[in-house]
Amino acid sequence: MGAGHAHKLYRHGHSPVHALPPHCKLAAVLCFVLVVVATPREAVWAFGLYAALLAGVAAVARVPAGFLLRRMLIEVPFVAFAVLMPFVVPGDQVHFLGISLSVPGLWGAWNVLAKGTLGVAASVLLASTTELRALLLGLERLRLPPMLVQIASFMIRYGDVITDELRRMSIARRSRGFEARGVRHWGVLGKSAGALFIRSYERGERVHLAMMSRGYTGTMPVIDQLTASRAQWTAAAALPLTALAVCLLGWTL
Amino acid sequence: MSTQPRKQPPPSLEVRGLAYAYPDGHQALFGVDLTVARGERVALLGPNGAGKTTLVLHLNGIHTAGAGSVTVAGLPVAKQHLAEIRRRVGIVFQDPDDQLFMPTVREDVAFGPATAGLRGAELEARVVAALTQVGMAEYADRPPHHLSFGQRRRVAVATVLAMEPEILVLDEPSSNLDPASRRELADILRALDVTVLMVTHDLPYAMELCPRAVILSEGVIAADGPTRELLGDAELLGAHRLELPFGFDPSAVPVPRGR
Repeated sequence: MGAGHAHKLYRHGHSPVHALPPHCKLAAVLCFVLVVVATPREAVWAFGLYAALLAGVAAVARVPAGFLLRRMLIEVPFVAFAVLMPFVVPGDQVHFLGISLSVPGLWGAWNVLAKGTLGVAASVLLASTTELRALLLGLERLRLPPMLVQIASFMIRYGDVITDELRRMSIARRSRGFEARGVRHWGVLGKSAGALFIRSYERGERVHLAMMSRGYTGTMPVIDQLTASRAQWTAAAALPLTALAVCLLGWTL
Repeated sequence: MSTQPRKQPPPSLEVRGLAYAYPDGHQALFGVDLTVARGERVALLGPNGAGKTTLVLHLNGIHTAGAGSVTVAGLPVAKQHLAEIRRRVGIVFQDPDDQLFMPTVREDVAFGPATAGLRGAELEARVVAALTQVGMAEYADRPPHHLSFGQRRRVAVATVLAMEPEILVLDEPSSNLDPASRRELADILRALDVTVLMVTHDLPYAMELCPRAVILSEGVIAADGPTRELLGDAELLGAHRLELPFGFDPSAVPVPRGR
């Protein structure tokens, strides 16, 4: 699909992972994440195996490790909480380098960190091998409520249009000598945001009018019917099934 | 225009005594009468606020007539066959960013016919045909916001052509186009075998494309005749806040080629 429709997260390629239908990949990632979350945190080796599995998928998808790791930095603000846990959770204390840390806190932090990181890694892999548009089609195929899919697809379509409008407004402001320098100028920025909201709202009305003029009655027609063969489902299921085996081992051992 | 003999198909568009007031009480149309025969290209001229857009939104039933009637190829515009009316009346809006709302050009052009129930190979053929008519077939998989303005306008025309309309209604088709894009669009419109109603301020463009013109002013049709004659009547134009561009002389322009 769409040449030149590449999002920053997407990495163009022709690997077997890229070729899988989006709804298979979505289902696989979701199941993988559920399995990872269901794994007992004491089975540290299991998380190592999960990471190895993802590394394997990345290798098949020919996504370089650097690319993957850089995009995983998005996780950092979310795990800041995990770093606090050893200091604030009450319980047995251990001393490490002269700092007193709580044992349950350490386990809790490890739990959040390991599971979170694996989830983010799986999502980044999905995003870098699946185009945004294809993801939406996949969600639609997986019976996500159509209204949500429509909203997301309008976000993709009009994101650039609205950013452009914002940029023009900013140029117009600066052309009249305005530079946002401090709190005193927040009022102006607030008014710009308001104006942008009104403009976007009015555009929404015009788009709706144009849609009705072409026969829109509340549901989007299905233009691209996604299909997946048994082999494709099997290929996609390889990741969550292997992970499930690891998880079961983790509970029994 | 030559009068149509009795056995001809019903006119593409027939507006009878159309009056409309907005819910806030502001009356925009005061009894509009307009007949457009099949295959005709008619320019709808008028100053800002004359009610042009209001009239256009009556043609496909977005607004419901306060009084009078609109008939498209024999089918009256009414609630029970709105879907068919909207397929027959293809409106190309002024801002292509409003018209092109799907993630790719191909899906956008497919939207109308898919809504009408077309699927699979038939749908694909319709999309390719419409995009070919406007010379945009190789851009099918592009997202609309990566196209130039002129290209987006052409795709907007294709989205409507894909529904195989009875009448194509264009709202200010030449606005914001550079001269080359203007000419390309004119060539495309001339080549189409479809009835066209073109709403515009751009008098030379109206003259280039439409043998017949009507002037809508203060909610009524103030004049109806050959475009050249209307544009040659400085007094008439002046009375309705229409002006020719500097140096443009309608009588010096060669007669536009017919179909």
